[in-house]
Amino acid sequence: MAKMTLEELRKLRDQKQGEMQKRDIEGKDSRIVIGMGTCGIAAGAKPVLDAFLAALEEKHIDNVSVTQTGCMGLCYVEPTIEVIVPGMPDVIYGKVDAATARKIVEQHIIGKQLVTDHMFDRPAADIIKKDGGK
Amino acid sequence: MAFRNYILVCGGTACESSRADQIYQNLLEECKAQGVADEVQVVKTGCFGFCEQGPIVKILPEDSFYVKVKPEDAKELISEHVIKGREVTRLLYDKESSRKHAKVEDIKFYQKQFRIVLRNCGFIDPENIDEYIAREGYQALEKALFEMTSEDIIEELKTAGLRGRGGAGFPTWMKWNFSRQVANDTKYVVCNADEGDPGAYMDRSTLEGDPHSVLEAMTICGKTIGAHRGFIYIRAEYPLAIHRLEIAMKQAREYGLLGENILGSGFDFDIEIRLGAGAFVCGEETALLQSIEGKRGMPQPRPPFPAVKGLWGKPTVINNVETWANIPVIITKGGNWFNKIGTSDSKGTKVFALTGKIRNSGLVEVPMGTTLREIIYDIGGGIAHDKKFKAVQTGGPSGGVITDESLDTPIDFGSLIRIGSMMGSGGMIVMDEDDCIVDVAKFYLNFSVDESCGKCAPCRIGGRSLCNILEKITVGNGTLKDLDTLEAIGEAMKKGSLCALGQTTPNPVLSSIKHFKDEYLAHIVDKSCPSGTCKKLITYSINAEKCIGCTACARKCPVAAISGERKQVHIIDQSICIKCGVCMETCKFGAVEIH
Repeated sequence: MAKMTLEELRKLRDQKQGEMQKRDIEGKDSRIVIGMGTCGIAAGAKPVLDAFLAALEEKHIDNVSVTQTGCMGLCYVEPTIEVIVPGMPDVIYGKVDAATARKIVEQHIIGKQLVTDHMFDRPAADIIKKDGGK
Repeated sequence: MAFRNYILVCGGTACESSRADQIYQNLLEECKAQGVADEVQVVKTGCFGFCEQGPIVKILPEDSFYVKVKPEDAKELISEHVIKGREVTRLLYDKESSRKHAKVEDIKFYQKQFRIVLRNCGFIDPENIDEYIAREGYQALEKALFEMTSEDIIEELKTAGLRGRGGAGFPTWMKWNFSRQVANDTKYVVCNADEGDPGAYMDRSTLEGDPHSVLEAMTICGKTIGAHRGFIYIRAEYPLAIHRLEIAMKQAREYGLLGENILGSGFDFDIEIRLGAGAFVCGEETALLQSIEGKRGMPQPRPPFPAVKGLWGKPTVINNVETWANIPVIITKGGNWFNKIGTSDSKGTKVFALTGKIRNSGLVEVPMGTTLREIIYDIGGGIAHDKKFKAVQTGGPSGGVITDESLDTPIDFGSLIRIGSMMGSGGMIVMDEDDCIVDVAKFYLNFSVDESCGKCAPCRIGGRSLCNILEKITVGNGTLKDLDTLEAIGEAMKKGSLCALGQTTPNPVLSSIKHFKDEYLAHIVDKSCPSGTCKKLITYSINAEKCIGCTACARKCPVAAISGERKQVHIIDQSICIKCGVCMETCKFGAVEIH
């Protein structure tokens, strides 16, 4: 890279800042947890994960962290994901594909409305740990 | 590019020596082999500080903190954590509790820490300037070049109350202001990276983990005082730090952040590295400047101070690595922000290298005013192997011992001097009940005597004499008069030596006599060493009631000093015994005793 001017440095910083913020977990109040057990991966959880990351980047949302977890116990509706947003109930969505992922970002994360057609109950009480299995 | 996981591998010297580089390479290969190379970013960062548990690997966004990782663990980290989202519990720092407690903020070691100097260490890739820029890097330089006058910058440092972190604690703004006010076409900026205290590695870790912070700060200083050349004086035995500095300087030049016409402002500044050969005295600023000039590293009388007449007789601002690393933050966030951290006497934070008989050795950064007890017990986790705390040495060979009764002293420049030690550059060596205080004093003294440049008599002759007397005491030939002589020579050295090395050499002796006179008396009067360290003063003997006559000790004794028949009590012949202690280690019945 050639020598920079002040403007170029500022531009570079803005651009890189976004990338680095993804690494930073402070200030992220919402989470999308993706069930990546064998069943989830077999049912296509990986493209879903990629779809979430792409959608969040596209919409410039930086307060949401995307993490993975094991099997959520709803193997019949895999891939399953849990969305935790402050002020909204924790929701588990099932049968999520890339298109649904996009819809969840637009409707749930941005619009603060539940995506009712993909909602499933939380896992049965006897398989939840005290901390919610997080 | 969005990554689903970020894997941060510690690239500090301590973790590198535990094969962290191999872990990094293996992780990269496993990512490829398991088909996630495009989805995962593996970054080699600077020191995380938690060296006791190294090598450290941190995986984000889960914030899983893996410790004591081995290269062969890479496969499992990728296949389990990254691909299946299951943490590898056996490698987590806190294996017992649920995964929530493996997070960095829950580890006690980090709870009381506050990171300004080490803000980027363990987070960014030190070999990538973009990552530094993304973390507000070179923002302070922008401000300094385009928005602030030299007076503004000095005023900001004055408001901040930053004092030099090399040990003496001289107000940084004053140094800069002295140099600024001297009219001269040629001025210099120097970074003192000649870290030499035994057990100290704060500066090395800062340079390895965040080299740009120092380059940026030196450039800001150049603009403030009107200098166009800077030197980083660093010891050749820090190869990784040198390597990363060179990369950082190259990248900064390519970006136009170093060199001619920086960011189009018309201001020129460049930095060169000068390698030191590892002489302790070259950490003393006037000796360091002599060494840069190509002369033998010997201290010069002050005044004139380097700020007025330094390198090649020109005004020179010389600051320590940690001081430099504070400056970009002060300029970006403002002096008032910095001023709120710390005590009335000392502002900001201090980095300490916590070593010795401590459970969690490592690099810690705490706000000034934190107590020694918090550092040793809360952050350090207390004394290793549940032994009893004896003392802590701060300030390396120039400092003194601090005992249990002073542990609640809040750490700042003034209070450490009041309790008979000093801040120093930040080495903190913890001793337990097994350490002999006379032996420790002898160790530090030997170090200082070896490192004395020999220019002035009080240091050259005084140090050697102190050493001889301590040697005499530890072999059982000491007299009560020796204690007075130690104190008399020590006081004379403090008054008569040319530089801080000679002035502080007697400190470990004087402070240990003050706090542990009983132990000196035991060596001199009773001819015994309470902790069993001084070989000449101890005897091994066999307790007749405990010995069952197994012959194990007699067979292991290298000089055949132990005699006795099977199932009979054994006896050690003191005239042959070389006090190696093998018999004591060998005996399973605790029959060998030390007196």
